[in-house]
Amino acid sequence: MSRVAWQLATVKSIKQETPHVKSFTLSLPNWTPHLAGQHYDLRLTAEGGYQAERSYSIASPPEQTGEIELTVEIIADGEVSGYLNEGVAVGDELEVRGPIGGYFVWPGEASAPPLLLVGGGSGVVPLMAMLRHRQRLGLRTPAVLLFSVRTPEEVIYQAELEALAKDDPSFTLLLDYTRQAPPGWAGYHRRIDAAMLAEVVSRFGDAQPQAFACGPTGLVESVANGLQAAGLQAESILTERFGPTGS
Amino acid sequence: MGFFTNKGFQPKRQSNHKLPPGQYETTDFPVLTAGPTPRINLTNWEFRLEGLVEEPVQWSWEEFNKLPMQDFNPDIHCVTKWSKFDTHWRGVSVDTLLEHVKLKPEAQFVTEFSYGGYTTNVPLADLRDGKAFVGLLYDGQPLAAEHGGPARLVVPHLYFWKSAKWVQGLRFTAQDEPGFWERGGYSMYGDPWKEQRYRDDDDDQASASSIRL
Repeated sequence: MSRVAWQLATVKSIKQETPHVKSFTLSLPNWTPHLAGQHYDLRLTAEGGYQAERSYSIASPPEQTGEIELTVEIIADGEVSGYLNEGVAVGDELEVRGPIGGYFVWPGEASAPPLLLVGGGSGVVPLMAMLRHRQRLGLRTPAVLLFSVRTPEEVIYQAELEALAKDDPSFTLLLDYTRQAPPGWAGYHRRIDAAMLAEVVSRFGDAQPQAFACGPTGLVESVANGLQAAGLQAESILTERFGPTGS
Repeated sequence: MGFFTNKGFQPKRQSNHKLPPGQYETTDFPVLTAGPTPRINLTNWEFRLEGLVEEPVQWSWEEFNKLPMQDFNPDIHCVTKWSKFDTHWRGVSVDTLLEHVKLKPEAQFVTEFSYGGYTTNVPLADLRDGKAFVGLLYDGQPLAAEHGGPARLVVPHLYFWKSAKWVQGLRFTAQDEPGFWERGGYSMYGDPWKEQRYRDDDDDQASASSIRL
């Protein structure tokens, strides 16, 4: 059986992460270890044969064997995400294939440079897989997550990220609320800009971090440009852009 | 798994166009790139034809813009599942470029190479006979950097990663040499109508491995 053949996964659990984001844990008959940052393709088939496919980043670490967690943003009127939101329950079957993608990945080597993760909205999903993988490996590779959301209710994985930041002094969580911040918020409260990125890069001192940026195209464009302006080499910046796909 | 259906799943997206399998129509122009967008200075820009040619040739930006141009209105299909119909480009056909070189007979494949280090591979035949062009204008405007400007190779009958952004030239080769995404497990050929997204989808896999044995 080929590595990326379609297989029938079973929905093991569903978690509402935020008002518009759900995580689906799927049990796979042919699970293979993935790299943190990779994705699966998911395919829906209607009576009559019509099919729709989308790609979703894996949120779970490869240490979580036999299953994958896919975190899905529910797009208004989305063909696939709308069905996943309304039409799928625990015990249902879904066709998936993967893992896919060999570029936007963090293998988790102990010798790896520090990690600078920048996520916008559901762009945090592959970055979460990297942080979970790092934690499961017990690595203390310095890591910073700059996570940009519009409002406090949109912070995916909030409790887990805050617990990780509390328990692991080598991990720093920087939340950025672009529209509405929680009461008394003293952190970032604007769109990510060059000055913010320069501040974040300066946290690494002389070390050149490996940067991963994932989110909407506009955010990733400005992050990639801003990180270069802050002194990072283009080779140290990996990007994954979610265009306006309306899925 | 041909009999599997998702209970209650109904198509929501209607398209007036014929879509390749697994694709949906978008009217946006999404962006997919692995790293930062290169900023290319037009005074240093050049386009080269090299590799298995009798005499390599290169053009400056000014020279390239004097080549005969045509309008192209292709449908494009991205491996990330979107398709965009009837796009409007102006540029130089690869056939026009090939009039300026004499290819060696063993030239069968092409590596498209780009500013920023991107590469992708295609059979030479897939760039000839009006099948591919170097796009300079999109919707009448200079092609934006995030979409591959100042110049992008466009090979619309293959998945869009075969259309190298920020293209710098074509290198003619005897063998099919995998490029950037192809080395990462994506299809060597990338026919959207056969849904050749990944290497495992290529129909020559069985024969290729038996040849290696």
